[in-house]
Amino acid sequence: MSFLDYFRQKKSTAAVAKERLQIIVARERATRGGPDYLPQLQEELLLVIRKYVHVDPDAVKIQLDKEGDCEILELNVTLPESSGRAS
Amino acid sequence: MARIIVVTSGKGGVGKTTTSAAFATGLALAGHKTVVIDFDVGLRNLDLIMGCERRVVYDFVNVINGEANLNQALIKDKRVDNLCILPASQTRDKEALTQEGVGRVLEELAKDFDYIVCDSPAGIERGALMAAYYADDAIVVTNPEVSSVRDSDRIIGILSSKTRRAERGEEPVTVKLLITRYAPGRVQKGEMLSVNDVQEILAIDLLGVIPESKAVLQASNQGQPVILDTASDAGQAYQDAVARYLGEERPHRFLTEKKGFLGRLFGS
Ligand SMILES: Nc1ncnc2c1ncn2[C@@H]1O[C@H](COP(=O)(O)OP(=O)(O)O)[C@@H](O)[C@H]1O
Ligand SMILES: [Mg+2]
Repeated sequence: MSFLDYFRQKKSTAAVAKERLQIIVARERATRGGPDYLPQLQEELLLVIRKYVHVDPDAVKIQLDKEGDCEILELNVTLPESSGRAS
Repeated sequence: MARIIVVTSGKGGVGKTTTSAAFATGLALAGHKTVVIDFDVGLRNLDLIMGCERRVVYDFVNVINGEANLNQALIKDKRVDNLCILPASQTRDKEALTQEGVGRVLEELAKDFDYIVCDSPAGIERGALMAAYYADDAIVVTNPEVSSVRDSDRIIGILSSKTRRAERGEEPVTVKLLITRYAPGRVQKGEMLSVNDVQEILAIDLLGVIPESKAVLQASNQGQPVILDTASDAGQAYQDAVARYLGEERPHRFLTEKKGFLGRLFGS
């Protein structure tokens, strides 16, 4: 690979920016509109879950929905495939 | 019925005041009675961009507090008919803008004007929230740059939840994207997010694209809204944006770089 090829193959910085934005914006939208403690709650829940199962930071999704007068806190945890009752 | 337009962004220094001045002037030139209000309490600047800084006697907060009436505080533009400016207060009291007070002044202005343009301060604190609260339409000013796009997304969230329309469950605020300081040459080189990139991430309608332009500084140096510089790229881009806002369909110009002599010589 020549010196020039190295630069040609590299992803443009604009493409990197777009990818990073898509990820952060999606994450921020998920907790938007909810109470201010939601991100913190998500963080702490993740710590608790990780005491038992090893999951990614992105495996925990938390969402607050409104149905009429009711507010529903929805917690979604994607477990890794081999998370059976091993121990 | 007056239409209330907020010019907002979250991030500072992206072109809100430049846009508010240009947009309000454009609406007035199109024959609509227009007032533009500076909501940046403590950091008054719209007066300079509009070139009326020496004519400020009373301000927005004086009117809210009943220390002056609207007629005393409104500054009539000397170049354009139908155009008035309501300057911001230089007080450091950030609590000066009350929701009730702002609502009262907007209601009074709505009797006389067709369009009320609200130049929002940066951030997501009181000033920005007050500028957005009563809006019917929002122009989200965004630079093709990561922090500006992210902040715009937060502001879009606020517009859909913290405005009067949202609280009352009325038809939502119409949110339009205005990309400013766009440098097509850098986009072509992969150094800058493209219009499509930004639009894809924010997922709102595109009102216009204002190129990065020397004319903007030249205009602000002289206290003349850049839209009055009809020979400039930025001035023309703002004219297009105003026309689109008023319902006209216009193609987007200035999305590619004007090739200089060398560029034409070597193609590419
Ligand atoms: N299209 C543009 N091209 C070049 N400079 C611009 C453009 N739009 C804004 N600017 C410059 O950016 C700076 C911030 O603009 P301003 O309108 O005051 O932003 P804000 O109100 O969002 O803080 C000013 O110096 C202004 O001249
Ligand atoms: Mg400003």
